[in-house]
Amino acid sequence: MKIVCRCQDITEEEVIAAIRQGATTIDEIKRLVRAGMGPCQGRTCRRLVAQIISRELKKPAGDIYPPTFRPPNRPVPFKLIMAEYGEQLEAEKKAAEKAAEKAAKKAATKKPAAKGGKKA
Amino acid sequence: MKTSFDAIIIGGGILGVSTAYELAKAGMKNICVIERRYLASGSTGRCGGGFRQQWSTEANTRLAIRSVRRLEHIEEELGYKTEFFQGGYLILSHSAEETAQFEKNVAMQRRLGLDVKIVDRAEAKKINPYLDVDQIECGTWCPTDGHISPFLLTQAYANAARRLGAEIHLWTNVTGLMKKSNVFFVMTDKGVTYETPILFNCAGSFSRTIGQMLNVEIPVDPYRHEILVTEPVEKLWNPMIIDFGIGLYARQEHSGGVVMGMGDPNEPVGTFVGSSMHFMFEMSRRFTLLFPKLGSLRIVRQWAGLYEMTADAQPVLGPVDEVENFYQANGFSGHGLMLAPAVSELLAEQVLKGKPSLPIDDLHVRRFRGKQEFHREKSVV
Repeated sequence: MKIVCRCQDITEEEVIAAIRQGATTIDEIKRLVRAGMGPCQGRTCRRLVAQIISRELKKPAGDIYPPTFRPPNRPVPFKLIMAEYGEQLEAEKKAAEKAAEKAAKKAATKKPAAKGGKKA
Repeated sequence: MKTSFDAIIIGGGILGVSTAYELAKAGMKNICVIERRYLASGSTGRCGGGFRQQWSTEANTRLAIRSVRRLEHIEEELGYKTEFFQGGYLILSHSAEETAQFEKNVAMQRRLGLDVKIVDRAEAKKINPYLDVDQIECGTWCPTDGHISPFLLTQAYANAARRLGAEIHLWTNVTGLMKKSNVFFVMTDKGVTYETPILFNCAGSFSRTIGQMLNVEIPVDPYRHEILVTEPVEKLWNPMIIDFGIGLYARQEHSGGVVMGMGDPNEPVGTFVGSSMHFMFEMSRRFTLLFPKLGSLRIVRQWAGLYEMTADAQPVLGPVDEVENFYQANGFSGHGLMLAPAVSELLAEQVLKGKPSLPIDDLHVRRFRGKQEFHREKSVV
């Protein structure tokens, strides 16, 4: 028994079984047996899976449809994202409040003119 | 290679393969599914994987109840493990207005025989201990809803359809359609032209394009919806949680990762399925708002798929008036996987017996012709 995907404990036999069911790409194998869905996102198993497909289907490795690489690059905790995004939201909120205050002040001083404009 | 079939289905998503299976099971021979890439490479393989019966319209609720009854025995029927799990659905309300709508929904759903009820904060806390229940008013709870692996269900149907003699041609893109004296000619980028008397449009987000090839207007538009999954952790909770107010859904999958997604009203029409930073930020905000204790969970991967939306968020189903024997099963507006087991069966009955056992006339495409206002399905994230 050879382990192909360390994160998800997927063996070579499982990958071959997926190929027997009609899978011809790394993405299909990922979807059927989960090889490449773990924390390392296929960094270890992607090439091994490609080799197995190439061997089983007697197809050069270069002809195998490439998988999609998805963000994030490394596992990121929600609170780390929120530390940055929270600041951004706070800044946006302050800017919006300031703009609204400014607009209100402007409207107060220009009120008669604006009214006249509307009538015309 | 055989190119003449009794029925051709365009689209190798859940609708395409389940329809092929149902037709073959009902005795039809010579069926072919034509798929642009590989099985479940479109919307099916990118979905959240939930199935629920809690809808605001009767048509959807009826279809969903039937679908779940089917799903309960699908593993034995198709002989394939699908990660089918009835963990329930908890839908949260934030306002009196929402609660009033939910009360109406629950009354209708109970009338149709569904085991569903309104739960208060304490009960919601019991169902999901990580939920910050102070933010919600109440919830609706249906224990027979749940989730399933979209890939495995598609593969299960495909394998079963193949066993019954259906063919599935992958990596074949339909480039043109023509109908001449009751025969459809299906042209493909492989240079092969297929012939068939009966044609199905299960092309999901590309259904409008397929319809246009025969001059039939199919009012289905694709919208990108993003989704992410966390690292696998020990069991947190069983049900799918939906919140229309905050705009998110979250479930813990079989392998332990929490899958979550949200709707974005600013998303333009289009078939782009790339990922965005905005989604990761906004999803994190919404998730930690509702589940403040889970801030340390790590995001492993994010992706996107297409909701094939119609104006009333209900599917386009059955024949069309303009072209005979051109059947539609598309426009599922984000809930194709959960309705497929019922819909494909009804469609096969419509084609082979002339009358489905549950009327699907309400979902005929003619309801969109020359109309602007629709009674919209409200329970969509």
